[in-house]
This record gives sequence, structure tokens and C-alpha cells, in this order.
Amino acid sequence: MPYNVAVCIKPVPDPKYYDRITIDPQRKTIVRSGIPTMINPVDKNAVEAAMQLRERFGGYVAAISMAPPDAREILREVLAMGADAAYLLSDRAFGGADTLATSYTLYKGLKKIELERGLPFDFVFCGCESADGATAQVSSQLGEWLAFPHLWNVFSIESVSPDSSGGRESFKLRTKIENGFMEWVGRTPLVLGVSREMNKPRFTSVMGIMKAKNKPLTVWGLADFAEDDGHGMDSGLIGLSGSPTQPGEIFTPDLKRSGETLTGTPEEIVERIFAVMRSNGVSLVFEP
Amino acid sequence: MHFFEFSEEQKMLRKAIREFVESEVAPLASEWDEKDVCPGDVFKKLGELGVNGIFVPERYGGAGLGHVERAICLEEISRHSAGLGMTIMTHHLGIYPILQYGSDEQKDNYLPYLCSGAKICGLAVTEPGGGSDFSGQKTLAEKADTGWIVNGRKCFITNSHNADVTVFTAKTGEDEKGRNKLSAFIVERGAKGFEPGRKEHKLGLRASVTGDLVFADAKLSDAALLGKEGGGSRIGMEGISEIGRGGMSAIAVGILRGCLEEAIKFANERIVYGKPIAKLQAIQFEIAKIRTSYEAARLLTYYAASLKDAALPCANEVATAKLYSTEASVEAAKRTMDLMGGYGVINEYAVGRFLRDALTSIPSGGTSHIHQIVIAGGTLKDFQA
Ligand SMILES: Cc1cc2nc3c(=O)[nH]c(=O)nc-3n(C[C@H](O)[C@H](O)[C@H](O)COP(=O)(O)OP(=O)(O)OC[C@H]3O[C@@H](n4cnc5c(N)ncnc54)[C@H](O)[C@@H]3O)c2cc1C
Repeated sequence: MPYNVAVCIKPVPDPKYYDRITIDPQRKTIVRSGIPTMINPVDKNAVEAAMQLRERFGGYVAAISMAPPDAREILREVLAMGADAAYLLSDRAFGGADTLATSYTLYKGLKKIELERGLPFDFVFCGCESADGATAQVSSQLGEWLAFPHLWNVFSIESVSPDSSGGRESFKLRTKIENGFMEWVGRTPLVLGVSREMNKPRFTSVMGIMKAKNKPLTVWGLADFAEDDGHGMDSGLIGLSGSPTQPGEIFTPDLKRSGETLTGTPEEIVERIFAVMRSNGVSLVFEP
Repeated sequence: MHFFEFSEEQKMLRKAIREFVESEVAPLASEWDEKDVCPGDVFKKLGELGVNGIFVPERYGGAGLGHVERAICLEEISRHSAGLGMTIMTHHLGIYPILQYGSDEQKDNYLPYLCSGAKICGLAVTEPGGGSDFSGQKTLAEKADTGWIVNGRKCFITNSHNADVTVFTAKTGEDEKGRNKLSAFIVERGAKGFEPGRKEHKLGLRASVTGDLVFADAKLSDAALLGKEGGGSRIGMEGISEIGRGGMSAIAVGILRGCLEEAIKFANERIVYGKPIAKLQAIQFEIAKIRTSYEAARLLTYYAASLKDAALPCANEVATAKLYSTEASVEAAKRTMDLMGGYGVINEYAVGRFLRDALTSIPSGGTSHIHQIVIAGGTLKDFQA
């Protein structure tokens, strides 16, 4: 059975330019403007997972991103990797969003794609976290908005019941936990936050780049969600106003060190150093 | 409009190839150099990405792009492994005459698997009697009852031992003035009487194989003839002067880029007098000179490639680009070494390999002397009163 798959993509600052990143002292957000971006690395694993699913079962893969207009370039890359269509949700009103407002906006975008295509999504893949914010919240929040079961840190997906009756397949999924993994069986629709261990993302081919030129890349702003189809956006849930997260104080920790000169015999000095270390909680029990 | 601007697709292509190279080539480049091996598996993967048939139309399994795109790929590959760049560049050099002069059967027969990465191609013209003396070739192809019998030896042939398909030129007669008439042929690995001979141990470009090809009563069918009988000079020279030299030029641009990046990285990291040497004016002068030659080589190379894509005459522009870029890459590698002090001669750093690769790029595709003869010849004609 062919699947309709969405992949959420986030442009993040290219680590090569991290030294240019600053933090807005008022809004306490990262100032990203003017810094070259790249696809959030683990989002490429999400794209790869979607590609493999489509290669195995057939279907359709849409990439979606909420980002400034220049994210078109990033989405073209996802099209070049093989996605069928891309959607960019871009509007000043979406700016300043925390994870909740971001996941709400993506949810509305996905619903609108479903409405336009007349087909519901079976899978939504996200990277399990972003390289810049690293909250790891969006995939689960998106699952809640969509009311789809959702799993996070997924590193393997396997179909367990070949679809003979025309019904829905089950999938065996594994999620990483400390010192091991958990195994789940799930049925579509599913939202999955995938980890880097899931696969090795494919390289973009020259032919992929040429094909991407003619694939649809749709940009939607807030106004595109205004129509009265039950899928308009609640302006209180988007952007800065839809973001309940309040960052606390942001400061550079004071790492100044002070020195002290110890005098005495070497033994006395060693005793003194040990005493200071012990009093600061350093364990001095050495295992042989 | 900029004088020279890459399209969005060309920028994406560069990015995609760079990602591949940084992941699959950069970590292994020095090992290939040290062991003197050509990485067949990476060649195959490059085929899957579309690099091996980049300028071949899609109907033959290529990517359907052009020579600017080819130069982008070669620059990016050679930025980390000019030796692998050499393997790919010569593969293109072998493919080009088949595409340009091959019959429909030959194109259908050879191009798809040469584009896909399954098989490797090469072009053999140089002989022990002197690569510069192109028309003095002695390899002889004589007509038999059916097909041809070939005898002779080719030397300095890239992909000699790993090519599945080789295009070569041989003497098939003389004109009325007693000058050699050359013809081009296609020979497959394993053909009776055809074998690779000696394998060279080269100074540089060591991720590519170079060696002899020996024809000892080799029997080729009539279908092996490429283009018209007697058309070998044109086929060989067009390939070398446009595709071979254009490719060498792009490889040298990649070496220049590699030098520039190594120089900057080292200059920022190396602390002398309590500060990075990048702060020293003498070091900045070196960086400025490397940057300038990189930019100049790049403009010459991509401009010449864009002429080829526009189907304009370009042999002279390509020769200018090749002469400048390869010589500049030698100088830039030496400058980078100087900038690095003692570290420059330590083999853990790539710059020593860059210098060896740069030096090896000079005779490949014709020496600098020959390039100057070509350029001067064209120039004297262009500026005739
Ligand atoms: C790494 C590598 C890969 C190669 N790959 C291939 C390949 O795939 N296929 C292929 O066919 N060939 C290949 N070649 C051969 C290359 O094209 C020749 O080396 C080149 O043409 C020079 O020929 P030669 O080495 O015989 O030098 P010679 O022709 O013997 O030249 C010796 C010297 O004389 C100078 N000289 C010669 N003629 C003149 C002249 N008229 N005026 C002034 N100076 C002159 C030369 O510049 C040089 O300094 C490769 C060479 C190298 C080094």
C-alpha cells in the first residue's frame, strides 16, 4: 500500500559560521540573520527514511518547513534528494515561535496539504532534534496537534504484516533509550522523530538536482490560511504571541580563576591539595 | 549581470559534490596516495551520482549537463584528491570521442555503462617516441580480411590497467606527402593481443593508474573503428585540446583551492610569538598570492568551459587556462609549504601531496612548452595585421 509521507525540515545555521551567531539580549533568541544555513543534519535521516518507505511501498513525499523565505534553497535540496513536493510556511507573523507555536504552524500546514490533495498523511517524519535549539520537542508536539500516535528517537522501522487484505500494515519500531532500546508495534498514522542511527542519508545526485527544478515548491503565508474551511490559523497560537516559553536570564558564566601559592614540604603541599579537592567533592578513591 | 555567475543548479551541484567528497573522498585521499591505488568503489559511487557521464545526454544514461558542470565536479573532487580527479577526468576524455564521433551502435553499446559507474574509460595516444610528437605515432593498424590487426605500444596512459574501454589512435596509412594518417579505434579490456604493460610509479596523482598498453597482433573487428578512417588526428586532438586540457585545468583549480584552505587553516591555528601567524604580514602576502592565483585560474578555467558549452572554438582559451592553472598550482603548493614552516614537509599534512600532484599535472595533457607553442600560434594568428 502506497503511503503519503511528510517530512519536516528545519534550516539551521551552518556550524562553519557559529562564530558569527549572536543572542538578542531582549528576546533572548538566537540571531540567525545573515548566517548561511543548512538542512538540520538529522532531518536528512528523516528524508532518507521517507525515501526508503516510498521506494518500498510507493506513495508521495512532501517536505514542509516553517522558516524565512530563503529556506527555499534548503527545500530545493530536499526535492533534489527525491521528495515530490515542498511547502514553505513563511510569514513575519510566524517569527519568534517557540516549539509549541512551531508545531502548531506545521500542523496547520500539513492539514492544508491534506485538504488540497484530498489525501491524509500516513507518516510524518521529523529529525529527533535540531542542531541549534535542540529541544527535541517538535515531533511529539506535532503528534499531539495531529492526534497521531508519536514516537521519538526512532532508529529502526520495519513492516511486520504484509498488506494482503487491503488493510493497514503494522510497523515494528525501535526507539533508543539509555543502555538499550524499546520495541513498539504501530499502525499508521504515525509521527516519528528519527535519530541519526536510523540510516545513512543518500547523497544528492546530479539527476536529482535537475529534476528538482521542475518539482512544485509552494510558499504559504498567514493569509493563505484565512479561508473559512475549518483550517484557518488561530493568530494567538502562532509566532511570538503563541509562544508561552519564556527564556530565563542569559549570561556568560564567570570562569575567572584565582591561584594560591602553597608553601611547605612536598608532603605538606600534597596533603593540602588533597584536602582542598576533598572539600570540593572530588573523589580521591582510586581503583587499582 | 556579473561577468561570470553560476546558476542556482550549478551552485547546488557544487554543494552536493562537496558533501560527497568531504564524506567519501577526503578521509581516504592520503591513504590512496600512499598505497598508490585507485578507489574503484568511489568511482562507481560517482557514477551513481551522475558525475561520470556529466556531459553525456540523458538518452545515453548521462546527466545531460555540460563542461562547466564537469569542471565543478573535477574542482571539488581534486580539492581533496587530484588523483581521483585524474581518473574521472580521463574517463571523460575517453567518453567524449565516443559521444562525438561514435556510431549509434557504439554510443548505445558503450555510453550507458560508462555513465553509470559500472565501467571505466580511457584515451591512449602517447607513445614512447614522444607525446609531444602527436603525428609521429608508430602504433600501426593494418586492414585484415575482416577487421584490423594492431601492433605497437602506448605509454603514460591513465586508467591503463583499470579501463574497461579504451579509445586509441593508430597509423592506418600515409597521405600523398608521406605524412601519417591516423585513425581512432575502440578496444575493450581482454581483447586478444591487447594487454596493459608496465605500470608506472608516479610522483603524484597517485589515486590514478598510469601505464603502458601493448598491442601485439591485436585483432579488432570492423566495428572497432571510431569515426572515419583517417579521422584519428582530429578525434584525438579535439579530445585532448578541449576535454583533456580543460579537465587538467579544473583539477589544478581544485589543487589551488586545497592549498588556499590548508594555508588559511594553518595560518589561523599556528601560534608563534603568542599569536596566530595569520597576523604576520609576510604570511598574509602568501595568502593573498594564493588567493589571487586561485581566482585567476578559476576564471580562465570556467570561461573556457563555458565556451565549449556554447559550442564556440575554445582550444586556445583552454590551453591558456591549463598552462596558467597547472603552473599556478605548483607555485601555490610551494607557497603553502613555505607558510607552514617545518610542518609543510611533514607527510601528515596534505600540502606535500598537493605539490606532487601539481607537478604531475604539468606534462599531463601536454607539457607547458607545448601549451606555450599552442597559445603563441593562436595568438600570432589572432593578432595578424
Ligand atoms: C600523469 C600522466 C597521465 C597521462 N595520461 C595520458 C593519457 O591518459 N593518455 C595519453 O595519451 N597520454 C597521457 N599522458 C602523456 C602526456 O600527454 C605526455 O607525457 C605529454 O604529451 C608529453 O610527452 P612526453 O612525456 O613523451 O614528453 P616529450 O614529448 O618527450 O617531451 C620532452 C621535453 O621536450 C619538450 N618538447 C617536446 N616537443 C617540443 C617542442 N616542439 N617545442 C618545445 N619543447 C618541446 C617537452 O616540453 C618536454 O620538456 C600522461 C602523462 C602523465 C604525466
